[in-house]
Amino acid sequence: MISTREAFGNALAEIGSDESIVVLDADVSASTKASEFGKKYPDRFINFGIAEENLFATAVGLAYSGKRVFASMYAVFVLKAFDQLRIIAHDNLDVKIFASHAGLTDGQDGWSHQTIEDLAIMRTLPNFKVIVPADAIESREVTEASLKISGPVYSRLSRSESPIIFDSGYRFELGKGKVVEDGSDLAIITNGNMLHRAIRASMMLRKDGISPTVVNMSTVKPIDEGLIVKLAQSAGAIVTAEEHSVLGGIGSAVSEVLGRTFPVPVEYVGIIDKFGQSGKVDELFSLYGLTAENIYGASMKALKRKKR
Amino acid sequence: MITVEELKRLKEKSFNIMIDVLEMTTAANSGHPGGSLSSKDIVTVLFFHVMRHNPGRPDWPDRDRLILSKGHAAPALYSALAEAGYIDRQKLGGFRSTGSQLQGHPERNPELMIEASTGSLGNGLAMGNGIALAGKLDGRSYRVYVLMGDGELQEGTVWEAAMFAPYHRLNNIIAIVDRNGLQQNGPTESTLSIEPLDDKWKSFGWNVIDVDGHDIPELIDAFEMAKRIKDRPTAIIAHTVKGRGVMSGEWVVDFHSRPMSEESLKNILPGLYEQHRLEMEAL
Repeated sequence: MISTREAFGNALAEIGSDESIVVLDADVSASTKASEFGKKYPDRFINFGIAEENLFATAVGLAYSGKRVFASMYAVFVLKAFDQLRIIAHDNLDVKIFASHAGLTDGQDGWSHQTIEDLAIMRTLPNFKVIVPADAIESREVTEASLKISGPVYSRLSRSESPIIFDSGYRFELGKGKVVEDGSDLAIITNGNMLHRAIRASMMLRKDGISPTVVNMSTVKPIDEGLIVKLAQSAGAIVTAEEHSVLGGIGSAVSEVLGRTFPVPVEYVGIIDKFGQSGKVDELFSLYGLTAENIYGASMKALKRKKR
Repeated sequence: MITVEELKRLKEKSFNIMIDVLEMTTAANSGHPGGSLSSKDIVTVLFFHVMRHNPGRPDWPDRDRLILSKGHAAPALYSALAEAGYIDRQKLGGFRSTGSQLQGHPERNPELMIEASTGSLGNGLAMGNGIALAGKLDGRSYRVYVLMGDGELQEGTVWEAAMFAPYHRLNNIIAIVDRNGLQQNGPTESTLSIEPLDDKWKSFGWNVIDVDGHDIPELIDAFEMAKRIKDRPTAIIAHTVKGRGVMSGEWVVDFHSRPMSEESLKNILPGLYEQHRLEMEAL
């Protein structure tokens, strides 16, 4: 078990020899693991102190000057700099944001440190690619791939350790969903920390004789429209599962595609327009309805609606 | 000291920028003439005397950069870039129109040497720090000039950036405050006081120089002095007049974002040219 933030930190230190890379930190590099890069390349590692807006506005100037900027901090504090993120988006700048402690995974710190709005907000910014890796293997892949993606990237990382789902040969492809389990009765579209929960839900469903497809939709933007339409056509019912508000995240992104292509019943697993609170991560996932059991329940509802 | 010929050349540029600002804002029937005119002499001195640049090559890596953090003074920037040969004069007519590269507030455009996207106040100094830092990392000798409004200093981000530059020993960035005293709805000092300005910048670790922002030789001296200070960045507080050069617009709060009508402009133009001719003769 290893967290996606740790995999990011290690990968960044490995690809960091490129002289154009500059890494910006807001005094949380021990938590985000960007510190690994800082130890190796201190000249190209800048700790801004607790000043996220300043960090991103400075990133604009660095990117204007040909630098490839990696910025890493808690997801919730990235959002403090929305004004500067707009400029990064507008000018299509090479700024790669690795936002850790996203979702509910900063459990005991409480609502002030949890981030359940980021995907909705980042999705509205033109040019941004929005990615949620599901495990350490994918996090590492996304870190490496982000160097080859031109323009801004927002990658959402988790504080918690999570099980390894992919084997070491896994390759991340921007804008492509990946079928993790193939089935015919319904499709569960998910990403990040919800993927292993969706896989468990799928095992429960199979025991009941229902075969779901489980898709890791790690790229939230640009979303894999082709795959979503195909799933709607073949399965006829969809469940989305996300560690995020149900407003504006992957559930919304999937529905936006279906609404204008091939509408089918959709059930949403996510946080229902509420803030988080302090607690152990697993307890919070239960409290806010983000468990394998919740995905199972939503799947049964989707199936019922499909039959109607 | 500069020669009379050089002073005359710069006065001519400053006058042309003033006329462009008035014509562009009147033609667009929108924009910010007041704050563009308070900046006109600073912009003139930078583009036509102080800054190192190469009109044939807007992408010259060693060029000095101007970040117009007070993006609403865009007409002054566009006019100077046209005067310097980076922007086709004809494009000035499209200011603030659909499809124009000359947006209401600057949109970064390397081909036109518009260095930064600004308009949301408070970001230019940090952007300048980023460019200055990149210059240090790359071993380049360019300087970065950041022109801010005085009302803009009410933005907290300005002070985050002001804290950053001296700490990182960025002696290749020069902050300029266009201290015209007025913001959109009235005087800065009766909105949210930004004084004591010199002390604020000094306490943040900056070398501070106060100048008359319309006195061209004084401005030049200040920029020359800034180049000589190696251990810290310099902030130049340029005391200016909003609407400078247009009698009916000087110190007028409404001139911030209300251009003259076509008729008023037509009426005052002959007087402006005559006054300019007399000033040049007197030099």
